[in-house]
Amino acid sequence: MKFKLKKSYMEDLKLFEYKSDMVGYGVLLVFLFIFPSWAGNYWTYNLTLAGIYCIAALGLNILTGYTGMISLGHAAFFAIGAYTVGYMTTILGHSFWIALPLAGFAAAFVGLSLVLPALRLSGIYLAIVTMGFGFIIDQVILEWPEVTGGANGLLINRPTLGPLSLNSDASYYYVVLVIVILFVLLTKNIVRTSLGRALVAVRDSEVAAQSMGIPLAKVKTQAFVISGFYAGIAGGLFAPLINFIGPDNFTIIESINLIVMIIVGGLASIHGSIFGAIFITLLSEFIRVGKDALPAFLSQQVGFQGAVYGLIIMLFILFEPMGIYGRYLKIKYLFQVFPIYRKDTFRRERKFQKAQRTR
Amino acid sequence: MFWHLFISGMALGCVYALIALGFVLIYKATEVINFAQGEFMMVGAFVAFSLIHFAHIPFWITVILTLLIMGAFGVLLDRLVMRFLVGEPAFSLVMFTIGLALFLRSVAGMIWSTDTFAFPSPVSGEAIQLGSVAIAPGDMLVVGATAMLVLLLYLFFRFTNLGIALQATSQNQFAAYLMGINVEGMFSVVWALSAMVAAVAGILLAPTLFLHKDMGFIGLKAFPAAVLGGFGSIPGAIVGGLIIGISENLAGGFLPPWVKDIFAYLVLIAVLIVRPEGLFGIHEKKKV
Repeated sequence: MKFKLKKSYMEDLKLFEYKSDMVGYGVLLVFLFIFPSWAGNYWTYNLTLAGIYCIAALGLNILTGYTGMISLGHAAFFAIGAYTVGYMTTILGHSFWIALPLAGFAAAFVGLSLVLPALRLSGIYLAIVTMGFGFIIDQVILEWPEVTGGANGLLINRPTLGPLSLNSDASYYYVVLVIVILFVLLTKNIVRTSLGRALVAVRDSEVAAQSMGIPLAKVKTQAFVISGFYAGIAGGLFAPLINFIGPDNFTIIESINLIVMIIVGGLASIHGSIFGAIFITLLSEFIRVGKDALPAFLSQQVGFQGAVYGLIIMLFILFEPMGIYGRYLKIKYLFQVFPIYRKDTFRRERKFQKAQRTR
Repeated sequence: MFWHLFISGMALGCVYALIALGFVLIYKATEVINFAQGEFMMVGAFVAFSLIHFAHIPFWITVILTLLIMGAFGVLLDRLVMRFLVGEPAFSLVMFTIGLALFLRSVAGMIWSTDTFAFPSPVSGEAIQLGSVAIAPGDMLVVGATAMLVLLLYLFFRFTNLGIALQATSQNQFAAYLMGINVEGMFSVVWALSAMVAAVAGILLAPTLFLHKDMGFIGLKAFPAAVLGGFGSIPGAIVGGLIIGISENLAGGFLPPWVKDIFAYLVLIAVLIVRPEGLFGIHEKKKV
């Protein structure tokens, strides 16, 4: 096991803890950049989708994982981003590159409107209010056809970049890849600076955070706005990718999907958001492959996919509440300390008492 | 028109109230927020439907059998799964029950197909005239049965040993344990109880609405009801359910039609901005 002597506080804030980490990430980057050249259109498309969900999952993780505020209506921010891009490009005819940042700001602005109830509520109350917000946005999409196309939806073309057309899946993949990398860096910067520490402090104890001089209202507002911005950008990238958006794309199922990503990947971790987004996006592909191995009377059922999906959520929470990233850390730790690893090293402390549980 | 909408809204509100009651019972005792409550209701309605339709058992015996089956379902769920999750963070529990809801819905689709069925109504006949208002017998049954059930639950919690033990468990698990109450057994009882309440809601709702694997989505409307009343308060759940049901029905009659579906949430947000702990909720002081 490596021990590092830290000589100043700034060393805690480094982008990479060890110099050697840069090699791993470098290899990953090279792999991602050459991916479309050998993987073919189908997998490139799927990975692009996963990348878009990475951005949304990162945003949700800032809100839910780091700040501890549950949002069950995140698909609404996603929808606002997607429809902003749809409206600006298809109906008004502006450039995608103007519409995309606006999509983020529109979603962030709407997120600001949720702050009034969000500041006073927590836990289940907040979850239900955000769920209601999701339903309200759904209804607005249906009832405002001048902007959203109503139930008919909107057709959105892939953008162009100067003389370059981004029509092919591979070229759009590179656009998304660059934006994902930017957002991962942005998240890393938020998390490792004072704002990120304030978010975690608010999650762990509001009273303690407040007495350390953290302005609760400001920090919570920032979390909501940042999270909305991420989801808006993700939505803005999502719309041109699938070319068509309708109200069906942004239901509560989609909100649950986003939360499942961060749970399965790992709460309050950047790696976790990315693992989760990739795993859940490609899950339907895995299920399709795995189906052939099962007897026909089971795999031919209509609800098979939903059942497997529900089962995966339940199994993860029962057996690996820290998510894929948590499992990765455990395995890594096992090898680092090889002969002395004990089963209980990562055992979670459970709180049975109500008095212990009120923060 | 107003009173007609009011009465049918009350019937709808009673169903919301029953589902909300199920949430609150489980939440108070085990601190699990059960997103699968609507799915419990759906399963209960389907079990009753199968008993009537395929086994040709008379309606009232079916009700008793359904309650027993759902009670057993609740106990099994607790013993096999939920018991291992006590003390996990609330967020994991919410996600777990959402997963459970997805799973139950899909499995129900496999067993009972994705068709919509007509559930036979136990009462029939003419609407009863009360002044200028006509009351459908179905609505009367829903309101009456809910009132009965609430009364029974009140008596159960107030006067039986089991009920008092349940109250003690939900107030302070550790103190209840020290008093010799089988706390883990109480968890099973409360899961059974709330599955049974959900089954009653399903049997009452299915004849007036429809019977479909997706009917559990109505549980999402019962959440605003429970939160409106203050999560964790039994009278709050009932009042909240009635407020949501009645105001939603009135909104459907007097406002543009699309407002109806989201009206529950608009009411909820308006109330929570003024009273963040809900109507009957207690503001818990935070300890550091």
